[in-house]
Amino acid sequence: MNTFLSLVDGYLGNGVTQMLLEGTRDTLIMVFVSTFFGYLLGLPLGVLLAVSDKDGIRPNAVIYRSLDIVTNVFRSIPFLILLILIIPFTKMLVGKSYGTEGTIVPLAIAAVPFIARMVEASLKEVDKGVIEAAQSMGAGDFTIICKVLIAEAKTSLLVGVTVVLGTILGYSAMAGTVGGGGLGDIAIRYGYYRYQLKIMVVTVVILVLLVQIMQFLGMLISRKTDKRRL
Amino acid sequence: MSKVIRAVNVSKTFKVGAETVTAVDNISFEVERGEIFGIIGLSGAGKSTLVRTLNLLERPTSGQIFINDTDLTRAGIKDLRLARRKIGMIFQHFNLLMQRNIIDNVCFPMEIQKIKRRDALERAYKLLEVVGLSDKAKAYPSQLSGGQKQRVAIARALASNPEIILCDEATSALDPQTTRSVLDLLRKINEELGITIIVITHEMSVVRDICNRVLVLENGAVAENSTVDELFKHPRSQAAKDLLLIRNVDDKRRAI
Repeated sequence: MNTFLSLVDGYLGNGVTQMLLEGTRDTLIMVFVSTFFGYLLGLPLGVLLAVSDKDGIRPNAVIYRSLDIVTNVFRSIPFLILLILIIPFTKMLVGKSYGTEGTIVPLAIAAVPFIARMVEASLKEVDKGVIEAAQSMGAGDFTIICKVLIAEAKTSLLVGVTVVLGTILGYSAMAGTVGGGGLGDIAIRYGYYRYQLKIMVVTVVILVLLVQIMQFLGMLISRKTDKRRL
Repeated sequence: MSKVIRAVNVSKTFKVGAETVTAVDNISFEVERGEIFGIIGLSGAGKSTLVRTLNLLERPTSGQIFINDTDLTRAGIKDLRLARRKIGMIFQHFNLLMQRNIIDNVCFPMEIQKIKRRDALERAYKLLEVVGLSDKAKAYPSQLSGGQKQRVAIARALASNPEIILCDEATSALDPQTTRSVLDLLRKINEELGITIIVITHEMSVVRDICNRVLVLENGAVAENSTVDELFKHPRSQAAKDLLLIRNVDDKRRAI
């Protein structure tokens, strides 16, 4: 392993391997932590959207329309603009607006409306007949949400998580342009500003590999846990 | 004898664009405790909508539904949910939870009622025995045949000790042989547990096989309300005659 690392170092320059490893770690932290917080808000929002829509279990045009508009507005703001817009908020929350921690906040916020839409779409796929069966047993709305909608949409929700992780990884690389930390930051600083093409290429290759691995694992888990095709 | 179900002047209309469609048109009927009561009609006659008003999955536009003399249309949401627990329902497409195994599907209504897991499991295993699927407890719905799925749905409907079971085209997705075995099971449940059963169907053979009395629907209204014997001997309405004719054609086809 060490010989391999020194080989890479010899090719890219001293200490670069260490830097790439740290960058990969930071990127993974950013992506997973912000996806986690994104779901903390995005999952309930998606549930509300699915439930309050006209075919949902509690149709409510006012709630649906307002959440729908808010979600659309936040989804339309380009990520870089959002990142800059919420700098005061980010500073208030984590004390700084750059580096790994400073990027997690805007990433999580950008993820919320996206996650909400993914969750909404997943829950709407659940068979209406099964929901009706639960209602006929005297199940309340909360029980239906947890034990029918979310439980039955499990596979689709997991596919959603995979898509979200890939998208957030892309955003995190973008955050590199404004001191965001992680692999994107390295690609910008070394590859773009200092014309070190090799480092940039290697960074991009690592990003591609990360997306491939996440996609592969995500699909594998969702397929393995799906009881509809046995 | 007390009437377990009483529908009084029940109507249900839907708005389709600018038009108002009347799916159920001022229907009244009564069901005695322990009966197997059929509701038959061609598709579009309003029978599925009618059965859904009985547990208020569809709220009637007007009229009342009495279950054991309690007017469900006036019940609050909590009372309605409690009342629904005493009315089991099975469906044409079974509507099982596809991500849960069989035993957990049967446990589901007991979960809703916050019955202790251990007690629920014990009861669920007994019910699987009743429907003859003890060996499938850990299987998933996708691994079962249609007839087996409907048996699971029946076990699930029995889980909450219902007084009434509503069957919405419960055998329509099944082949004739499986249909017969599911009907036998329903009759057994009716006889041994004294559960009142409402059977929605478009097949006269189902009515003939298990029902005591039958309501014939046409265009959302009652065309005829009589005993099964009477209906087969002297059908008065055109709708009943048509349905009997279809059955004869079916029987002849089967004979060939």
